This record gives sequence, C-alpha cells and structure tokens, in this order.
Amino acid sequence: MSILGITNDKMTGKKVAIIGVGLTKFGELWEKSYRDLITEAGVKAISDAGIDGIDVQELFVGSMSPGLFAAQEHIGALVADYAGLTGIPATRVEAACASGGLALRQAYTSIMAGRNDIVVAGGVEKMTDVPTGLAMTALMGAGDEEWEAFNGATFPALYALMARRHMMEYGTTIEQISMVSVKNHANAKHNEYAQFQFEVSLEDVLNSAKVAEPLRLLHCSPITDGAAAVILASEKKAKEICDNPVWITASAMATDTLALSDRKSLTQTNSAILAAKDAYKQAGVGAKDIDFAEVHDCFAIAELLAIEALGFCKIGAGGKYTEDGHTKIGGEHPVNTSGGLKGKGHPVGTTGIAQAIEATLQLRGTAGKRQVKDANIGLTHNVGGSGATAVVHIYRRD
Amino acid sequence: MWEDRVRPRLFTYTGGTKMKGLASYWRLIPQRYNLIGTECNHCKQKFFPPRKICPTCRRHGEIKSYKFKGVGEIYSYTVIHAAPDGFEFQKPYALGLIRLVEGPLVTAQIVDCKPDEVEVGKKVEMVFRKIFAGGKEGTIRYGYKFKLVD
Repeated sequence: MSILGITNDKMTGKKVAIIGVGLTKFGELWEKSYRDLITEAGVKAISDAGIDGIDVQELFVGSMSPGLFAAQEHIGALVADYAGLTGIPATRVEAACASGGLALRQAYTSIMAGRNDIVVAGGVEKMTDVPTGLAMTALMGAGDEEWEAFNGATFPALYALMARRHMMEYGTTIEQISMVSVKNHANAKHNEYAQFQFEVSLEDVLNSAKVAEPLRLLHCSPITDGAAAVILASEKKAKEICDNPVWITASAMATDTLALSDRKSLTQTNSAILAAKDAYKQAGVGAKDIDFAEVHDCFAIAELLAIEALGFCKIGAGGKYTEDGHTKIGGEHPVNTSGGLKGKGHPVGTTGIAQAIEATLQLRGTAGKRQVKDANIGLTHNVGGSGATAVVHIYRRD
Repeated sequence: MWEDRVRPRLFTYTGGTKMKGLASYWRLIPQRYNLIGTECNHCKQKFFPPRKICPTCRRHGEIKSYKFKGVGEIYSYTVIHAAPDGFEFQKPYALGLIRLVEGPLVTAQIVDCKPDEVEVGKKVEMVFRKIFAGGKEGTIRYGYKFKLVD
C-alpha cells in the first residue's frame, strides 16, 4: 500500500470495525474456570458477528495476572486451543489493568497493517480462586513491586495518595468523589452483566468501611471474574458481512513512570492526557464531540482524573463537574453508562474489552435503559496501574 | 464455604514481595538500609529509588551513587486499613509520599505516632525498621520508614 493510500485510509477513519461482541456475567463465578470464561465470551462474540470460527485469522487476549490468580500462563495458546482455533497466531497482551485495551489496540493494529481481515480481541481474568490478600498482592504487581509494594503500599493506597492531593489542591470534597460511586451503581442497576445491580446512597458510600483513607470500600472497584471478546473486521470485510458495524476511528496509548512517586504531578494522569490528545487527533474530533465515555474508575477518584485528562472539564474541576450531574446519563458527557468498574465489576484484563463492548452497544442503540440518546461518537479510557499505561479508543456509528 | 473452593496449594503461596528469595532482598540492602540512590552528574538530578539511566540526559548522563540525608516533609499520605499479606498485623498504618530535601518523593510508612497525627507538610526523618517477616524461610526484611520530627 502506498503512503498516499495510508493517508487516505486515515482520513476516512473507517478502516476497522467491531462486528461482534461477547460478554460473560461479571461477578464471583465459582463454578466457572478461567478457560470457561474466555471460551464463553469468544463463542458469544463469534455468533454475534455471524461468522464462523474458521474465519478468525488471529487473536489477542488481554490478561493481567493469570499466573498468580489461576497458576496458568501460556494464555494465547490456551485460548486458541479451547476456542477450537488451534493453528492461528494467538498472543497474550499484558499492561496490568489496561491489558484488555491494549489487546484491542494490537488487534486493531494487525488489521490496519493489512495483515488480517478478521481478528479477535479478548480479555479475561479469574480473580476469586485465591484469597483476598493474595489478590491484593497480585494487583500490586501493577505498581512498583520493589519500591511501593515492599513498603506496604496497596492499590487503594496509591489512589488515596492522589485523592488527598486532589482534595488539597482543588478543594475536591469526599462527597464529590463519592458521587462517582453513586452514579455508577445507578447505571449498573440496568446492566444485566454487572456484578452489582443495585444502587447505593451517598450515605452508604461515606459510611462504608475504611480501606485506605480517605478512600472507603464503596470507592473501590471489586474483585471480579469475567471475560469479554470483540470481533474486529477490515473495512472491506465489515461492509460485506455486517449491517451494524461500529467503527474504531482512533487507537492511542501512552505511558508514564511506573511508580507514583516519580510522577510530575499526583493530580494529573499524564499518560491519559497524552493518549487522549493523540486519539482526538486521529479521529479528528474534540472532547466536546464525545457523546459518552467509558472510563477507568478503578477507584472513584480515578474517574475525576479521567474526565479531566479527557478534557470534559478543566484539570481540577472533576469533582464539581460530577456534582453538577454532567456525567450522568442525559448530562453533557455521560460517563460509565455500563456501571463502570465500580458497578459492573473489574476483572482486570477484561475491562478494556468490556468498555469497547459498552461503546458498541451504545452506538448500535441497544443499551436498553442505559441508552444515551442519539449516541454517535463514544470513547473508552483504560488505565494500567496508578496511571503508568493509558489506552484510549474512539468509536463512531456513521 | 469459599475456602473449600480454593485450591489448597495456593494457600501456601504468598506472592509478590513475600515469595521472592533472599537474593532479591540482599542486593538492595545498601539502598534500603541507608537510603542510597543515584545522582546524574550532568544535570544534577537525584534519584530515589536509584536509576541507572538519567531520563533527562539519557546517554549524555553520568550516573553515580548518592546518599540521601533522610529528611523531608509529608507530601501526601493515607491510612491503610486493608493490608496486603505480611502487613496485616500492622494495620491501621500510615503510608506517605515523603518529599526529601534533595527533591525525590519516597513511598514509605510513617511510624512512631498515631495515624491521626500525620498531616501533609509535617517534617519527617528516616528511621531504620523491620518492614515485614515473610516467605517460607521466615526471614525478617528491614528498610526505611519515617517518623515525625518535633
């Protein structure tokens, strides 16, 4: 393909489509194994796309820590094997909690490179086979093991350190932070796949058990089992076989220092700021054009950092913006219509793909009671660790 | 009961920092006992934990060892109530980001006071303490923590 050709492709912005989605129920799924979960999601996605397994040319699967959570590695081959696709190239992708988003990016890239026409991007995590203490240790692998975890840091603690500074520097209140949890639970109530299909009140959040002050239990996303898969197709293939394609018009990723202590700021996630800037440029849109977003609310404070990084409001204004209701369904920028990580659950490697699925359902207009009216452009924001990796995708319907 | 559903072999395994062998602990003893990091001779930026490549100067940088004074102030902190394996007997404990006078931020526990005495901006100094006793071999790991300065 000529350089001119690539330029033209980029300008149309419709080179890769999501043509099928599959999601398992999220929750404590003791009766399902790691391979059961990803196989279920993959089969659902393939049948949703109306293709056959033999049409799949390559797969990428995001999984953060199957070695610690399920004592299983070699995930690419395992997934291809149990999906009945032995023979095709299959790669596990890892970037902590952004593993799913990165798997999507790898699948997107393989189609953009002209190598494949139909590719699967999946995500899977099986977190409840181990005691909570070990799960916390495994998750802490997303941070700096030698210089944060060694000294007793936990993930809630790292986000608490950010929350404390955000409150000090911008006057953000614990009530404003708590409103993120209240909103996301309210959205999760209408998501049949969510781990927590119930509402919580502001008082419930403010009075829940202390985890890492100022953060409490209901500011934290849960430990979750679940898997998700999407089928991506090239423009040519999508137009041939799919009547409701959702186009991926941007795929961006950026990094920051691994440890929180090395960041230039505790109150700005620079990886997400960089990724968002690149994504907006690729898609030729700005923050004001985004009709809805799924963002990485692993802790309630993270949603404020996300909406600020994405430019929905000014840096530091996330608390007020949330309090004013702009991120609710029906607001200026509905955020986490699926319930987010807080309400829907957070099987870490799965999350980035599950976000893409919510974007697809919204753009297909099949999100039921969570549907954003006239949704045409959506965005997903998937973060690894305390912000060392950020992956941003933009989607559009027409 | 959920315990019955967890494969027993995983219960004997404590993961992360605690599963690592002694060598990984031993080779960082100078840094952890004495707060020894590095400095770039070219741009004079100081690093803790130590870096072997200066992110500003990269190949033009010149990295050498640097011993920090171990004094600074609290930049942010949290009080941890849900502790990871190995730290459960210490909870609740305060964990802070300490701004050392030489510049870097360090992640460390703040001890010798009640958690509610900890405040952003308070002066602290390094103390040498037991961090946790871990692993099958049960060895005690030591390192730096910080305490309030009157």
